[in-house]
This record gives sequence, structure tokens and C-alpha cells, in this order.
Amino acid sequence: MKINQLDMQLLNTISNLNGVPDGAVNIRLDGKAVLRNSTPNIKISSKENGSGLVVEVRPGTRNETVHVPVLLTSGGFVDKVYNTFIVGEDSDVTIIAGCGIHNDSHSNSRHDGIHEIVVKKGARLKYIEKHYGEGSGDGKRILNPTTTVTVEKGAFAEMEMVQIKGVDDTYRSTVATIHEKGSLKIVERLMTHGCQSAESDISVCIEGKDGSGQVLSRSVAKDESYQVFKAALTGKTECIGHVECDSIIMDNARIKAIPQLVAEDSGAILTHEAAIGKIAGEQLIKLMSLGLTEKEAVETILAGFLR
Amino acid sequence: MLKLDNISMTVNDSNGGTREIIRNINAEFHPGKIYAITGPNGGGKTTIAKVIMGIYRNCAGNIYLNGEDITELSVTERAKRGIAYAFQQPPRFKGLNVKDLLQIARPSIDDKSLWKNLRDVGLCPEDYLDRDVGPGLSGGEIKRIEIAQVLSRNTVVSIFDEPEAGVDLWTVQRLIGIIMSKYKNNPHATAIIITHNENVLPVCDEILVVNDGMIQTRGTADEIWPLIKGDIECKMKDQCRGEMGYEN
Repeated sequence: MKINQLDMQLLNTISNLNGVPDGAVNIRLDGKAVLRNSTPNIKISSKENGSGLVVEVRPGTRNETVHVPVLLTSGGFVDKVYNTFIVGEDSDVTIIAGCGIHNDSHSNSRHDGIHEIVVKKGARLKYIEKHYGEGSGDGKRILNPTTTVTVEKGAFAEMEMVQIKGVDDTYRSTVATIHEKGSLKIVERLMTHGCQSAESDISVCIEGKDGSGQVLSRSVAKDESYQVFKAALTGKTECIGHVECDSIIMDNARIKAIPQLVAEDSGAILTHEAAIGKIAGEQLIKLMSLGLTEKEAVETILAGFLR
Repeated sequence: MLKLDNISMTVNDSNGGTREIIRNINAEFHPGKIYAITGPNGGGKTTIAKVIMGIYRNCAGNIYLNGEDITELSVTERAKRGIAYAFQQPPRFKGLNVKDLLQIARPSIDDKSLWKNLRDVGLCPEDYLDRDVGPGLSGGEIKRIEIAQVLSRNTVVSIFDEPEAGVDLWTVQRLIGIIMSKYKNNPHATAIIITHNENVLPVCDEILVVNDGMIQTRGTADEIWPLIKGDIECKMKDQCRGEMGYEN
């Protein structure tokens, strides 16, 4: 295995791993799988055309976790991958994805990860994706994840997508389809600083009766950074959907939030809330009256908000 | 001992002039005693509390804590010297939970104390420790969590701003008992309660009546309470039966 200390630190940041995890795993480093392990219930294989992975979870698999982290550490490396995840009927699993870029060079490093996820009938999935960038070069660290998710009849998926720090440019596209009695919760946490820009475009379509969809976004924009958050929720039948985007704006940052609701049936109950504001002075004073400095109070409020 | 020496505070009004919110406040608050500050709304009670905490800056006078002039100290520095203030309307925090706030209030707090502090304010620790201090909590719940933070700290001066507001009668009685046992005759700590409550005022050691930005009168509870109880005690109890509940 060709994983050095730097890779290990990145791996730890994006997936909390301190070593090779038990169970199903595929670690991709600069475009190549450096470690792959399947289990009796979770099979990881390469696509025939070599464009990415297929992760298949056997029906009925319970309490197993799959790790599929991606690392980019060669400066200026551009990586594109198409992964497919099939979560078998009545299974209950966690997928931990994520990408860490270390770029000390003057060329841009970029990862475009395209994930197609199918959560089969009655299955439950928790999907966690963390993105992080670091490095001393002025080459950008760019991440453009595209995720399509299908939640079949009676299935449940919770997707937690976090961009922690250091990603210069990101365009994140998420398209979801929810079938009868299916349920999807998307939680997005985003922080931008410096001159970074981030755009998240989420489109959720509830096609099946009694389906439910929830999109919760929390973001912090600091310095000169710019964020765009679009969340479109369509209800085609009797269903419940909710979009919430909540942002803290600081310094000279800019944020655009565009929630959109489309009801195509009188039984669709769709709601949205959007709020952008700076940290309230009362919150800072409150924490300072407990002994924190102003800087500590700001850090505490932001860390809690993005948790 | 906390000493307010000729404290005044002025704000700019909307007509471009200035307005005095509090003026010439002189008071001493001694350890082991519980002080009540009462008086009509808008009289300056909360302003005095916020000036003590350093949230508002006085434009004249000095504040001394155990002989040290703390007039120029920041909110943080005053907190570190042992001044605590339970807000009248505490702010909410999305993403911070009850445990987080109690741990910020007292970083060395152990699980046993966490549980005790919440039970003391009438909240079940099992239900509340992991709850977000956000929009999901009621005003009364937020208020109790606020009081729990101050009670959890080892403070020199604790100020409670209308602790009974939004808190049910049973919990108010319990809170009074806890404040009594924590501060009364404690050689290191003082409690100041801003209150109009008829259950709280008579049991305090001293009452200061603040009106129109000034201390109008002061004295022991035995001296002051009989003078003000006519304005404070509810005269409609027999008619409305508000505290007696409804019979079928």
C-alpha cells in the first residue's frame, strides 16, 4: 500500500480514519485504487470501462459501513470518477465518502466525483461525504461532486454533505427522486473563506404517494467568499417536503439563497424557510459573560452552527 | 464585595440629544447576602445589571470588585473575575446544546453536577442535556437553562434578571430555595435578583427600589416590603382564582 503520513492525515480529516478500516473499503489516491477490500455482504468492483466503482450491498445486510475516500496529493492532478452504489432491499448500511485535496503546486487540482446511489425497497442508508482542501501553492483546490439518488418504495436515506475548509471552487449538484413512502433527508454544511466560491444545486422530486423529502442547509461565508444555494423541491403527489437554508454571513462575503417549491398535486405539503444574517451581538455577549473572549465566542457559535 | 460608586449612564436619543438612563447610583453588595432590585418597568434595573456585567459602559463613576477597580474591564474579564449575569431574555443558539452551554459556563463540570444543575431548575437532564438551545425550546425552558448556567459557576457576584418570568410557580419556589442555600451566609458570594415577585422580595436580605434611573429607597426586606407590597401583591386572587386551578 502506498499511503504516506500526509495521505493518512488527509484521510483522517475527511473520514476520521486512523488506519485501514475493517469492512468494505476503497481508497483512491491520485486516480488509482491503492486499497480495496470487499466483504461477504458488500462487493466493491471496478466498472468494465474503468471509469469508477460499483459498490453492491447485498439485500438484508445490517450495520455495515463502506469507506470510499478519495485523496488528491499530486499538485495539478485532475480526477474524474463515476461510482455506483446499489443498497440492496431491507439492508441498513453507512457509506462514508469524501475527498481531500493537498495541493502545494501552482496548478489547479480538481476532483469531479459522480455518485449514483440507489436505495432499494425498504433499505436504510446513511451517506456521509466530507470535502476538504489544504496546501501552500496558489493552484486551486476544486471539487465538483454530482450525486443522483433514488429512494425506492419504503426506503430511507440520510445524506450528510460537508465541505469543511480549504476548497477554492465547488459546484455541487444533487438530484434526488423519492418513490412511494420513501424518505430522504439531505443535510448540507458548508464553510467558505478567502476568495472561495461555492454553489450547491439540489433538486428533489417526490414522485410516490406519502413520500417525504427534507433539505437542511447551514452555511457560513467569511472574508470575500461567495455562496449560492439552490434547492428545488417538487411534489407530484400526496407528500411532505421541507427546505431550510440558514446562513451566517461575515466580513465582505456574499450569499444567494434560492429555495423553490413546485406542487403538482393538491395533496403536496411543501414548505421552505431561508435566513441569512450575521452573528447576533446578544449571542456574543452571552458567551463572553460566561468567560469566553470575543474570538472564542465567534468560533464556538460557528462550530455549533456547522456541527 | 461589589461597590457601585456614583454610577451614571447616558445614551444618545433620537433627537440628537442625550438621555440619562441611570444616575448617581451608589450601592454596596456584600458576600453572604441576597439583594433584590425592584421598581417599575423602564426604571433602570436591567441597565444597572448590564453595567455591572460590563455589557453597557457607565459614563461616570467607578465599579469595584473586592477593592479592585473593574470599570475599564471587558465583559470577558469581569466574567473571569466571578461576575455572572442570567439574562432576562437569553439569546438562542442554533447548533449549541444545553450541555455545551453548561460546559462553557463551567469547563470543569462533571456529569453529576450537570445533572444536578438541570434538576435544580426543574428540567429532566435525560430530556434536556442534548437539546439544541434553539427555536425548539419554549421561553420558560430557555430561562431555566440560563439560570442553570449561573448556578453551575463558582461566582463572586451572580445577577438574576427576573428569574421567575416564564417559570411556573412550583419551580420558582424551588429556585428561591436553591438561591437561598447557595448564597445566604456564603462568605464568598453575593446574589442580586431583579424581581417583582411577591414570593422572592420578602425573603431577600435587602431591597433596592429603582425608579427613574435612581435608587429611590432601600433597606432590609422587613423595612421595605411592607411599603411596596401594596403595589406588588395581587389583589384579585380571590376573584380570579388564578393560582387555585379550576374545579369541575
